[in-house]
Amino acid sequence: MKNLILTTAALALTAGAAMAETVRLGTEGAYPPYNFLNDAGEVDGFERELGDELCKRAELECTWVTNDWDSIIPNLTSGNYDAIIAGMSITEAREELVDFTQGYTQPSPSAYAGLTEGLDVKNAVIAAQASTIQSAHVAETGATLVEFPTPDETVAAVQSGEVDAVLSDKDFLVPIVAETDLMFLEEVRLGGGIGMAFRESDDELRGKFDAAIASMKEDGSLNAMLDKWEIEGKF
Amino acid sequence: MLEGLQWLSCYLTTGKHMGFYVSFGTVLLLLAITAPVALGFGFGAAMLSRARIAPISWIGKGYIAAVRGVPDIAFFLFFVIALDQGIEWLLHQARCPEWTDPIRQGNDFVVCDIAKMPLGTSPQWIHETYGFALAVLTFAIVFGAFAGNVLYGAMNSVPRGQIETAEAYGMTHRQAFWRILVPQMWVYALPGLSNLWMVLIKATPLLFLLGVEDIVYWARELGGSKMARFTDYPHGDWRMWYFLVLLVFYLAFTRVSEIVLARITTKLSHGQATVGGEAQRKAA
Repeated sequence: MKNLILTTAALALTAGAAMAETVRLGTEGAYPPYNFLNDAGEVDGFERELGDELCKRAELECTWVTNDWDSIIPNLTSGNYDAIIAGMSITEAREELVDFTQGYTQPSPSAYAGLTEGLDVKNAVIAAQASTIQSAHVAETGATLVEFPTPDETVAAVQSGEVDAVLSDKDFLVPIVAETDLMFLEEVRLGGGIGMAFRESDDELRGKFDAAIASMKEDGSLNAMLDKWEIEGKF
Repeated sequence: MLEGLQWLSCYLTTGKHMGFYVSFGTVLLLLAITAPVALGFGFGAAMLSRARIAPISWIGKGYIAAVRGVPDIAFFLFFVIALDQGIEWLLHQARCPEWTDPIRQGNDFVVCDIAKMPLGTSPQWIHETYGFALAVLTFAIVFGAFAGNVLYGAMNSVPRGQIETAEAYGMTHRQAFWRILVPQMWVYALPGLSNLWMVLIKATPLLFLLGVEDIVYWARELGGSKMARFTDYPHGDWRMWYFLVLLVFYLAFTRVSEIVLARITTKLSHGQATVGGEAQRKAA
């Protein structure tokens, strides 16, 4: 009964709203500089700025939603939001579940960071966020992989000595290495750049964002934005 | 740069921290709504289980057995998605009969725009309210099954002589149930129900599985180390302190619950043919 009342209330309230197309953008909100929650509790970062600009160019109204990294793809396919813009690298395994736009970053280097120099990263205990290209890479190298649900916990695990090093996007680690005892050990290039992900049945919407990304590459505004957030690689 | 207390008072009043404080309210509201709804579900299930017509009692017993047998976390992951898609499927059938595309396209679940629950155009708070309502319903179904089992046992614990006396006075089956059995069964149900209440308090972090930002989510988000480039309040790994706050909150809340439940037990034992009731009679 309670549900019924809420549903009716929700319908009554939304019936009058203009039918302008609203696109819900899903992100993680825990991966600076790509996306994070600022002090006011709002989604902020490179992808916030990028997403807002893309929506403006595609003449869409966009709202931001945060979702746990682990369930970010299932919640897209079941329709809770319309696109993922969450520092997600384009990989073949993910292509089977969702469709990506063209990359809006170059294939960016991933980096190992630890507390001691000269660590053999193929023979050590390495932390990575679960279901990422980095965790897949660690598993391939034969090192011992310890997975964590959030990026922040992978760094905390190094600092507490639980693991020897962390493998993550270099852009995520740069400010951490600058401000803490962690140091860079080694770099690897993984994935095919970061793109927005859409439902496979949603080609029309994906086309709009793809065109908007292309236009930002052309007029150089994407490069300016990458510079501003200190993300490596230019178009 | 701000120093000491001034820094702390600014830090603790950021928009993010407001979200953290609000989430305490969310958890309390969830408990306040879920507990009576779950009790209602349980009462219904217990009544059905006691029905003299076999197929009806199977419904009650089947519900209790099925839900009690499924691990909570599987229930919270599977059932909510199924419920959400079920609602959207029904709306889709009602509102878009001319739609010809399949609803399942590979991995995608696609319904027409006006069958979305909530609508894609709805403001964020409606999405959150809807998620919260789904959470309440799911919690109520899970805890209702356990409460049903407790109440069923409690109803059977009321001495048979009480019902026989009621019938001897000429009460109908229904009158004997509502006037004699129900008022007396609570004292037998209370230990089991108070256990459930304690478990329910501690089960609230499952909210995050349902997309509701609860206190554990915020504690993790706020406690994680913050870099000076992305915040005015950089700090190291402070998760321990935030989780300590949660510990105090949960301990205080369960302690208050214990006190209240002890009082209710005393009140319900009054005049009952139980050990507790007998002790009260002798003390008086």
